[in-house]
Amino acid sequence: MIAKGQVHKFGDDINTDYIISGQIKFKVQDPYELAKYVMGDIAPGFYKKVKKGDFLVAGRNFGCGSSREQAPIAIKYAGISIVIAKSFARIFYRNCFNLGLPAIELDTDGIDNGDELEVDLDNGTVKNITKGTESKFSPIPQTMQTLLADGGLVEHFKKHGGFKL
Amino acid sequence: MGKTIAEKILSNHSGKDAFAGDIVIADIDFCMGQDGTSGIAIDSFNKMQAKSVFESQKIAMILDHSCPSPNEGVSAIHKKIREFAHKFKINLYDIGCGVCHQLVPEQGYVVPGNLVIGADSHTCTYGAINAFSTGVGSTDFAAAMISGKLWFKVPETMKITYKGDFAKGVYSKDLMLYTIGKIKADGATYMAMEFYGKVIENMSVDARFTISNMAIEAGGKAGLMEADKKTLDWVKKHSKLKPNPQTADKDAKYAKTLEFDVSKISPQIAKPHAVDNVAPIEEVAGTPVQQGFIGTCTNGRMEDFEIAAKILKGKKVKDGCRLVLAPASKTIFLELMKSGIAETLINAGGVFVTPGCGPCVGTHNGVPSDGENVISTANRNFLGRMGNRKAFIYLGSPATVAASVIEGKITDPRKHS
Ligand code: SF4
Repeated sequence: MIAKGQVHKFGDDINTDYIISGQIKFKVQDPYELAKYVMGDIAPGFYKKVKKGDFLVAGRNFGCGSSREQAPIAIKYAGISIVIAKSFARIFYRNCFNLGLPAIELDTDGIDNGDELEVDLDNGTVKNITKGTESKFSPIPQTMQTLLADGGLVEHFKKHGGFKL
Repeated sequence: MGKTIAEKILSNHSGKDAFAGDIVIADIDFCMGQDGTSGIAIDSFNKMQAKSVFESQKIAMILDHSCPSPNEGVSAIHKKIREFAHKFKINLYDIGCGVCHQLVPEQGYVVPGNLVIGADSHTCTYGAINAFSTGVGSTDFAAAMISGKLWFKVPETMKITYKGDFAKGVYSKDLMLYTIGKIKADGATYMAMEFYGKVIENMSVDARFTISNMAIEAGGKAGLMEADKKTLDWVKKHSKLKPNPQTADKDAKYAKTLEFDVSKISPQIAKPHAVDNVAPIEEVAGTPVQQGFIGTCTNGRMEDFEIAAKILKGKKVKDGCRLVLAPASKTIFLELMKSGIAETLINAGGVFVTPGCGPCVGTHNGVPSDGENVISTANRNFLGRMGNRKAFIYLGSPATVAASVIEGKITDPRKHS
């Protein structure tokens, strides 16, 4: 899969409370409605800036903190196609693949807000069209690739009736 | 080749000779979700078109994060959870029973050697009683309810050994804040942690829970301790299940080995808005506070309130300051009443709220005002965590919170003991 879009850049240690606050996660059930509040506490108005297919790019330890699946759900339904970070907190990382949202680990220092990227998930490359650079990322582990191919854990279970990883 | 505690427990549950880096599908002994995560788990369960759960007695749903319900949105989630629990005959802990991470061990669902998952990040708490327990998301919880299994990447392990004894006024909370301050919020990402040392051996099981609970604040997947006599006595008191304690082999391979001398550390404070933004109390003392909070899965246990009551006995919460108290379970609340500790704390000006998460996650029960400072025994002080992004949260031990509310400013507990 090749994805093209614009970068929305965040820093290190963005926790799931920042992605979607505790109050909102209890108030709002509909995923499209939830998406309107994504990053609301730290970047008000973020939702309006995202175009379908854009990338969320961050520093270290993205998605740390609580296990709330509402965080990757809000990101996905806001229209983000892939999350790219230097590193991820593990529960968030698992949740992304369970939802069929790819998360890739890459040194993101050379990527700035507004850059245009082209990401090739199969070949493991990220082209920065704005900067004219290209980098390779560590391959997505086989278990997660299977989940992505099936469209997430729900679809995986529907298809196989249990784990077939 | 030798194995760590995590490698042993995951091998035992997957039937594989598993080492760090391997991916295994393992049988789980218990799984649970809370009211903030179970709603989506039920949706996923239904979307997966499941007709039954793998074993109803090995599943619990706990209404703790937002209870009693503060609004109709939460009421709808609570209703959905009650109906699901009833339909599949799984264990339901309704409002007021307590915080999930207190109830799971207290009600005897977990014993040494177990593999447990929970749809809550602080599920790592039960590592204190030698269980490999870890937090997952809602859809993972749904998959576990259906199949009794989950996939795991066997983690590498970080071994931490503490040297020396605590100085006066220093508690397990200070030790863990100190550790997180040193290794930082992602210091143990993807890793299991193992904790050793005389201070750990000398601690009560209550105090040990505080440490394992906060492993996640360093990114840890599990926060493991060996089971000693204290652990086994504690477990026997709470559970009928048979423990299967696991120790690390001498030649186990560790990703990192750290040693800290704890004999000279002071009470520690995590400053806004990050748990790893830690300073010794000397640097923060004097900061005004308008609210204190004692409770949560980190420090809402019997011993925590005992420590606070000792300091607050015969004293008053300072004018212009408040003290919110949330026992981690109903059982603890009843013990507090019987022992007179509840009375002591109420007389000092403390306000008890329903056993559960209380104001920890900011849905109700003590949301601070703009510009206010809170001193709290919780595990997170993120911006907006307690429901107001214009407030500031400082984390400390129950002793530090008790001393601070007496003076209306962050205060070294050694001054009041
Ligand atoms: S007390 Fe706080 S940290 Fe613990 S489970 Fe409840 S909300 Fe989470």
